[in-house]
Amino acid sequence: MTDMIVADHLVKDFGQKRAVDNVSLTVKRGEVLGFLGPNGAGKSTTMKMLTGFLRPSAGRASIAGYDVATAAMSARKVLGYLPEGAPLYPDMTPWSLLHFCAEVRNLPSDLRQKRIIESIERTNLQSVVMQPIDTLSKGFKRRVGLAQALLHDPEVLILDEPTDGLDPNQKHEVRELIREIAPNKAIIISTHILEEVDAICSRAVIIADGKVIADGAPGQLAERSPLFNALSVVLPNEKVSQALSILEAQDQVQEVRSQTLADGLIKLIVVPVRGKLILSIVTNCLSEEKLDIVSIRPEATALEDLFRQLTVSSDKREAA
Amino acid sequence: MGALYTVAKREFAGYFATPIAAIFLVIFLAVSAAFTFFVGYFLERGNADLQVFFNFHPWLYLFFAPALSMRLWAEERRQGTIELFLTLPIPLWAAVLGKFLAAWLFLGLALSLTFPMWMTVNILGQPDNGVILASYLASFLMAGGYLAIGSCLSAATKNQVIAFVLTVTVAFIFTAGGAGFLTDLISEFVGKAVLDTIADISILPHFNQIVKGVIAFKDLVYFIALIAAWLLAAMAVIDYKKAG
Repeated sequence: MTDMIVADHLVKDFGQKRAVDNVSLTVKRGEVLGFLGPNGAGKSTTMKMLTGFLRPSAGRASIAGYDVATAAMSARKVLGYLPEGAPLYPDMTPWSLLHFCAEVRNLPSDLRQKRIIESIERTNLQSVVMQPIDTLSKGFKRRVGLAQALLHDPEVLILDEPTDGLDPNQKHEVRELIREIAPNKAIIISTHILEEVDAICSRAVIIADGKVIADGAPGQLAERSPLFNALSVVLPNEKVSQALSILEAQDQVQEVRSQTLADGLIKLIVVPVRGKLILSIVTNCLSEEKLDIVSIRPEATALEDLFRQLTVSSDKREAA
Repeated sequence: MGALYTVAKREFAGYFATPIAAIFLVIFLAVSAAFTFFVGYFLERGNADLQVFFNFHPWLYLFFAPALSMRLWAEERRQGTIELFLTLPIPLWAAVLGKFLAAWLFLGLALSLTFPMWMTVNILGQPDNGVILASYLASFLMAGGYLAIGSCLSAATKNQVIAFVLTVTVAFIFTAGGAGFLTDLISEFVGKAVLDTIADISILPHFNQIVKGVIAFKDLVYFIALIAAWLLAAMAVIDYKKAG
């Protein structure tokens, strides 16, 4: 299996500032890579270099085996790209824009109409195809940008924040769409929504200060967080001290953190000793007492926690 | 070739998507007529030719051409659409040439709408229509020269006002370099060789030759070279800007 997207030691300097620092990654067909990082970490700059829009200060990039600098035309033909902020020609309608792209991409005329209609339907643009893009809402604009990227059924997709500005239903639709087309393509999406990475990505890369600081399956990355396999227990305020003393007495429990919720409820996050599963222990020991427990569920923020740990510490390093 | 045509078509249609086209055409025609009649005394001269009409064209284009060319690249950069445009499979030469051709065609359209002037002289007298045709060709070629300069300078900035001012300035230097008042002024200080060089690279002497009805090979080559050089410079600027 060939590497469909390759970043090979990419470096980008803007004046004195190093925006991207030695980023290497590869994406294979069938993979969806989630590109994570705080704002200004270098996600978009890396993507611009991958598409050939920006020339790297050092390193090289290739799409489907074509070097984006020396075989730019071949690389661009197999690439669908949604640039940061989904820039589009404001005076055009989605219909005329898609027509323009189809013509530039040299789609055979019998196929052209079909592809345009397909991508309009996939992104639910039917109601606005004849309106100037200028007059569309942010969500519609984003979807026009997405329709343009999907138009030629490209093998490689690079999508810079594809769900930004969409409402929850639209976000869901776009994720479903990406999931649906993923098996035959190599896809990079950038996002700062971590649940999105959990939902659709087979791999997550976290970048901060222009450097890759974590790379792995979302599950694997989550394992690196102390919150991996943690439980959250919600119970009334007055029962907290009792619950705490029981939980902290357990060998398998590393730590208990508490958060105040509304309505006099407290959420206890029970962190296990590394590598331990504590669900049965916690439920057993808590059910022996009358603690009026509202809920016990797995704490699903491990990836978010890791993200914060890795990126906040790098922010602090910079400040220091 | 397909990409070139598609780019030019989209750009050309772009002028008509907004009131730009209508406003431009109306003002262009009004100003060119006003110059001819009120400043050039077209009727009072009593000559059946369009000499005064064409004599004003270099100065007319000095402002109208930059007004058309300023948006070509600067607007793409400001809107961010340049990122979409330059990652589509369009060769850079086709992108630059396509945009230029759209602007050139549009200015050609404006020029061709001055045909009532031509009809007027034919009603009033018996002009040399060959000379008039040559003059139209000269005017069109000169328009291309200005637009090529404007393409390059528009690619250098994301601010259309800056693009406009830069283009007017550079175009003025290229035009006035051959204008009588300027050559008279500097002829006291520099030798004939320098004067000839300035005349060789400036627009006016070449334009004036063709307007007289003398279509010389060297003047045609001059305009084509002028356009080609500035478009190549535009490509170089866009490529340079890829470095961020």
